[in-house]
Amino acid sequence: MINLVSFIPKAVVQGIPLLYGSTGEIVTQKSGNLNLGIPGVMYVGAISGVIGAFNFEQAVKSYQATHEAADTFLTVFVPMLSVMIPLLSCLLGSLIMGLIYCFLTVTLRANQNVTGLAMTTFGVGFGNFFGASLIKLSGADVPSIALTTTSKYFSQKLPFAETTGWFGKIFFSYGPLAYFSILVAIAAAIIIKKTRVGLHLRAVGESPATADSAGINVTMYKYGATCIGCMIAGLGGLYYVMDYATGVWSNDAFGDRGWLAIALVIFTIWKPDMSIFASILFGGLYILYLFLPINIDHMEYQQLYKMIPYVVTLVVLVITSIRNKRENQPPASLGLPYFREER
Amino acid sequence: MAKTNKSEPLFHIAKRSDMTFKKAILVRVIAVVAALVLCAIITMITTGLNPFTVYGSMAKGAFGTVRKSWITVQDTSILLLIALALTPAFKMRFWNIGGEGQVLIGALATSAVMLKLADHLPNPLLIAVMLVAAVLAGGIWGVIPAIFKAKWNTNETLFTLMMNYIATQLVAFFIIVWEYPKGAGKVGIINPKTELGWLPKIGNFMGSKYMLTIFIAVLTTIAMFAYLYYSKQGYEICVVGESENTARYVGINVGKVIIRTMFISGAICGLTGFILVAGIHQTITTSLVGGQGFTAVMVSWLAKFNPFIMIFASLLIIFLKKGAGEVATSCGLNESFSEILTGIIIFFIIGCEFFIRYKIIFNKKSAKGGNK
Repeated sequence: MINLVSFIPKAVVQGIPLLYGSTGEIVTQKSGNLNLGIPGVMYVGAISGVIGAFNFEQAVKSYQATHEAADTFLTVFVPMLSVMIPLLSCLLGSLIMGLIYCFLTVTLRANQNVTGLAMTTFGVGFGNFFGASLIKLSGADVPSIALTTTSKYFSQKLPFAETTGWFGKIFFSYGPLAYFSILVAIAAAIIIKKTRVGLHLRAVGESPATADSAGINVTMYKYGATCIGCMIAGLGGLYYVMDYATGVWSNDAFGDRGWLAIALVIFTIWKPDMSIFASILFGGLYILYLFLPINIDHMEYQQLYKMIPYVVTLVVLVITSIRNKRENQPPASLGLPYFREER
Repeated sequence: MAKTNKSEPLFHIAKRSDMTFKKAILVRVIAVVAALVLCAIITMITTGLNPFTVYGSMAKGAFGTVRKSWITVQDTSILLLIALALTPAFKMRFWNIGGEGQVLIGALATSAVMLKLADHLPNPLLIAVMLVAAVLAGGIWGVIPAIFKAKWNTNETLFTLMMNYIATQLVAFFIIVWEYPKGAGKVGIINPKTELGWLPKIGNFMGSKYMLTIFIAVLTTIAMFAYLYYSKQGYEICVVGESENTARYVGINVGKVIIRTMFISGAICGLTGFILVAGIHQTITTSLVGGQGFTAVMVSWLAKFNPFIMIFASLLIIFLKKGAGEVATSCGLNESFSEILTGIIIFFIIGCEFFIRYKIIFNKKSAKGGNK
């Protein structure tokens, strides 16, 4: 039998990047933008955070060399900046990606699929390039990127995780960004479902022409939703590298999680609150093969288990389209550019 | 048209239909040149080389030696083939981004036949069976999303995307089933001694082993052009793409066209998988296609679905890939640099489409409405 106390925390940490990615993509898709660039955005978010943190750590190191340990800068500002700098650089990097996407698809009305795929090519390349070349480019004297100073703040577990037994392991043993992801998902769900802004956003995604004639600024909503969505997704990349990977960057380690996040959007039928559980489920499916009893002679079945998340998503996609219930459909204008003068 | 407001915006945007073909090409060329200049600047900043050296060594990376040139042409052919495969689907507004998976499944079918039937069939027949298996496998992989699209209007972008990863995992599964030697985690070169199922070389000269791939790509380009522009089926694809309702009104069976077109799309992807395994690598890995299924989407779209322009678009992408890879490695940097440059160029070309399709009209003060 699977040991749940060790399985659930592993599923959760796998699920958090997916939760960020899917929440970001849901917010984006609600505005009618099908952003296939999310995998790229998550890479850019991760590497931007790493670049910020890396330069910061190098600066701290050279500062430490000339000052004593009890210096106020080191004791007061370094912990604060260790969190702020990676976080802000991650948000900035993802925001720029969001702006590129919006400028091309909303302002210049380019094809969303092509733009998204180009963003993924660009973003993954950007991540791998800087991940592998950062040390050489910055001229630092270290063998590999290992962000120990900053990442320890991101992977800080709750204080009572160790003392409360299995309960603590399952609920308290995560870094701050993990809890934040759940807050973001709940907030997104409430804003989309219950507020006026959310209503407007859904109107833009369902029928931009109707929204436009009702006086809603379609362009603003599309830009806003996509950029915020990208920033949320970028945090998923940051969580992965700073908490899950404890500040160690390795190329292509993030893998196809970005696409899995897009799959989750369909799986949760465009509901961020559902995505909290679905992400953990997908996270579990992603690593399930490690926990199932394996026969050394038949290692190949591991590969089939890895297929499960995608098959499950396909089944959901097919069922929702067959049942054709109105509330379970993708936003009606998903993937289509809006041009006021076009009928 | 535009309303007469009290506070009129500075400009408005109108659709244009009057741009000549020459002018449209010119806009695209300007965009590519602008992108290349930006790429040169970025390369200068990151590597410290001057722009002429950059493009000099890029050209060296792609065409530096005779062998490099042949490989560049061969890789262009592969990318071109996948782009050609996706094109009929795109013309129908069916977003087949599952090229990656369809090629992989074709490659998988090829390897299966190559491994299991090599001892039972004479070589020419073996190759024929491999080809048929690959084309059918790719075609079926393409038809699955098409059936759901035709019947229940299931979103094909997301469907084909998922099919990619299912194909990848299937390949990963069979690699371990077939791994040789046991525990190696890879299949290795298939039939290394007997060379059974390997595609033959054409002629006996320097680049002869690349010729067959290039030949198939050229043939497919011409065939696809004829199919899309001069056949009844090509016309039907076009009508379905423009308006499904019109298609239905004139008596086209839309579902049938969708399924048929996706079979063709998948089948050519399968053919590409066949070439990759039997003609080039003689083995199968999960990264065999290496994201080209996605790159091909951009190639096809950049060429405005014109098979002949696709030749140049794929050459441009492969040139960047080889060239930027060379520049990066010679400076001790990571090869992914090429993906950054590819991304930038595509952003520029995507952006410039706007200026071909629309015009910006600056509103004169107190002008009533738009000037038509």
